Amino acid sequence: MTTLTDPPSESFRLSMLIYDTRYRAITFQIIALICFLLFFGWLISNTAQNLADLGKEPSFGFLMEPAGYDINQRLIDYNNQDSHLRAAFVGLLNTLLVAVLGCITATVIGVIVGVLRLSSNWLVARLMAVYVEMFRNVPVLMWIVLCMAILIESLPNPRAFRGENPEASMLLFDSVAITNRGVYIPEPLFSRSLGDIPVGNLFNISLDLIAILIVLAIGFYVSHRIKLKADATQEATGVRPKTWYMRLGVILVPLAALLVILGFHLGYPELSGFNFAGGTHLRNSLIALWLALSLYTAAFIAENVRAGILAISKGQTEAASALGLRPSITMRLVILPQALRVIIPPLISQYLNLTKNSSLAIAVGYMDITGTLMGITLNQTGRELETVLLGMLIYLAISLAISGAMNFYNSRVKLVER
Amino acid sequence: MKKSVFLGALTVAGLVAGASAAATLDDVKARGKLNCGVSTGLAGFSAPDANGEWGGFDVAVCRAVAAAVLGDASAVEFVSTTGKTRFTALSSGEIDMLARNTTWTLSRDVDLKFTFTGVNYYDGQGFMVPKELGVSSAKELDGATVCIQTGTTTELNLADYFRKNGMSYEPVPIETNAEAQQQYLAGACDVYTTDASGLAATRATFETPADHVILPEIISKEPLGPLVRHGDDEWGDIVRWTLYALVAAEEMGITSTNVGDLSAAAGDNPEINRMLGTEGNLGEMLGLEADWAVNAISAGGNYGEIFAKNIGEETPIGLSRGLNAQWTDGGLMYSPPFR
Repeated sequence: MTTLTDPPSESFRLSMLIYDTRYRAITFQIIALICFLLFFGWLISNTAQNLADLGKEPSFGFLMEPAGYDINQRLIDYNNQDSHLRAAFVGLLNTLLVAVLGCITATVIGVIVGVLRLSSNWLVARLMAVYVEMFRNVPVLMWIVLCMAILIESLPNPRAFRGENPEASMLLFDSVAITNRGVYIPEPLFSRSLGDIPVGNLFNISLDLIAILIVLAIGFYVSHRIKLKADATQEATGVRPKTWYMRLGVILVPLAALLVILGFHLGYPELSGFNFAGGTHLRNSLIALWLALSLYTAAFIAENVRAGILAISKGQTEAASALGLRPSITMRLVILPQALRVIIPPLISQYLNLTKNSSLAIAVGYMDITGTLMGITLNQTGRELETVLLGMLIYLAISLAISGAMNFYNSRVKLVER
Repeated sequence: MKKSVFLGALTVAGLVAGASAAATLDDVKARGKLNCGVSTGLAGFSAPDANGEWGGFDVAVCRAVAAAVLGDASAVEFVSTTGKTRFTALSSGEIDMLARNTTWTLSRDVDLKFTFTGVNYYDGQGFMVPKELGVSSAKELDGATVCIQTGTTTELNLADYFRKNGMSYEPVPIETNAEAQQQYLAGACDVYTTDASGLAATRATFETPADHVILPEIISKEPLGPLVRHGDDEWGDIVRWTLYALVAAEEMGITSTNVGDLSAAAGDNPEINRMLGTEGNLGEMLGLEADWAVNAISAGGNYGEIFAKNIGEETPIGLSRGLNAQWTDGGLMYSPPFR
C-alpha cells in the first residue's frame, strides 16, 4: 500500500493556520506577539490615563528650568542657577568618572588576585580565596557604606590640622592632607596657560591638556619608530642596539620643555577657614564608592581570570617550561594571552555590573546621575516618570557603549577560527 | 470576533484601573487601617519607641485621623519614607496621607498635585554647629562643609542663602536624618542644616547636646503640615478638619481628660456641641460618625497636649510654643469656626 500519488493541489484554507503543521508554529507566534504588544499597550495607556487623571501629563520642559541646588563634585562648571539638564550632565560625568576609575582598578586587582589564587604558595592562595569569597558574598551596598564609615570615623578632621601642636599633620612635605572629608592632593597649575576652548555651551577643554597630549602622542610615535628601527637592526645584524635612553628621552624631554613653557607648578592644599583650600579635593564619597566598587567587582573578575587560566591546557605550561621559560614569563607570554579569550566575555558583564552598581552612590552622598537627575531633580520637580525613563535610557546607552567597545576588543583578541 | 472581545476586555480593564483614584475614605474604611507616611525616625516628631510603637508630634496627627475615621487610634499602618520617597509614596497611593514635617510650597501644591490640609508646625530652617568652632552667626559660615538631607526644601534654601550672601559652601547630600547625624558628629561636615525643630530634635538625641549650638539665623519659612493627593477633596477635608478639631479643642479648652464628659450630653457652648457631635450633623457632612472629633481628641489630646507631650519644653527636645501658640496667645494656630 505504498502507492505514492501527487498531493492534491489544495488551495489555502483558513483552518490550515491551526491544523497544518507548516503554519501552526507561525500562527501561534503571531498570536503571542499580538498579546505581548497588547499587554504593553495596555500598560502604557493605563499609565498615561492615570497620569492624565492626576493632571500630570508627561513633559520634559522641566529640564530647562533652573535646578536651584548645588553639587559638590563637578567636573564642569555648574552653579545652582544652571538648568536641571546641566545638573544631570554633571551627574552623568560623575557616574562615568567612578565607572572608569572603578573598571580600571577592578581589572588590575582582579587579574592579580585571580593569578595569585592559583599560586602554589598555600598561604597566598588561601588569603586570596578568603578575599574573593568575602567580597563576592556580601551585598556591595554594605561595602560602600563600610568604606565610607571607615573613612569618616578613622581619619582626622580638618580641625585636627590646626593649632601649634596639631594632632594630625600633612604628608609628603606638606603636600597631601588626608582628612575625613577626603584627600587633598596638589593640583597642576599653569602660570602661562593657553586657555580653554568651549565645546558648544557644555564644557571647556583645556588647551594645555591638549598640548600635553599631542606632545606625548608624538613622543610615543617617535619612540615606536626607534623600536622598529632597532628591531630591523637586530634582524639584520643579530645585535640589538641600546635604545632605551633614546626612547625615554624623546618622550620626556619635549614634555618637560612644554611644561616649562606653560609655567607648570603645583598648587598645594592649605588650611583656610573650615577646610583645606587649593589643591585637588578627592572627596570621601568618591573614594569610598570607588574603593568598594573596585574591590567588590575585582572579586568576580578574579574568578573569571582563574577560570580563564584553568581553561588553558596544562600541556601549554609544560611545553613552556620544557623550552626553559620561567613560570612568571610563562604566565605573561603563554598562558594569559590565551586565557584572555575566555576572560573577556564575562569581563564585559562585570564592567556593566560595576557601572550599574555605581547607582548606589547616593548611599554615601556621591552625586551621580541617580543622585542628581533621578534624585534631587525628581524630588524638586515631581517628574517621576520622565526622570526615571531618562535615567534608564542613559544607563542603557552607557552599558551598550561599554559592551560595544569590549566586544570590539574581544573580536580582536579571540582565536581566529577557520 | 474573539479578538474584539479580548480588546474590549483590555479596554475595560484599563478604564477600571484608571478610575480607581478617588474615594480614599472608602478605601480606608474597607481596609480598616489608615496608611500614614512618616519619617524614617526623627525624635519627637515621628520615631518608633523601644517596643516599635510609633509616637511623636506628626504621628499624633495620623492617629487622630485614624480615630476620627475608624474610631481606633491604633488602626494606623505607619510607612517610613525618606525625603526622597515620600512624594512618590503619596502620589502612587501607597499611603493615604503624609505627616512627615513636609514644607508647604506652591510648587508642591500646584505642580506635584498635593493638597496641604493645614499647618501643624510653623518652622524655619536653621543651622547647628559644634560649639568648639566658635561660630556665632550663619554669616560666618563661608567655606563650610554643610550636611543636608537631599530632596528637601532645605537644599534650595541653603543654595539661595549662600548665594544671596556671596558665600561658598560644600554641600554633603545625605539620605536620612540618622546618616546626617553620624556624619555631623564624626566631623565630616561642619554644619548640619534642616528645620529648626528637626535640629532641636536631633540635638536632643546627642550624648552631649550642650556641645552644639543652633545659630540664631532662621533662613526660611517652613510651614509643616500633613498632605494628601489632589483629586479627592472629601478625604482632604477629613484630614484638614481633624487637624483643626485638635487646634480648636485647645482653644475651647477641650482636653483628652474632659472630652468624655463634654461629649456625654449637649452643654451650654454650641460650638463645642457642634464639634463633639451632640448638636448638628458636622460628622455626617464629612462622611464620618457623629463622634469623630471626640475620637480624634481622645487619641492623643488636643493640639496643646500633643505639643507638650512630644516636643514641648518639658521634653528633651524642649521647643517653646513660639509661632505655634494659639492665636489668642499671639501665635499662628487659628482654626476656622466649626459650624
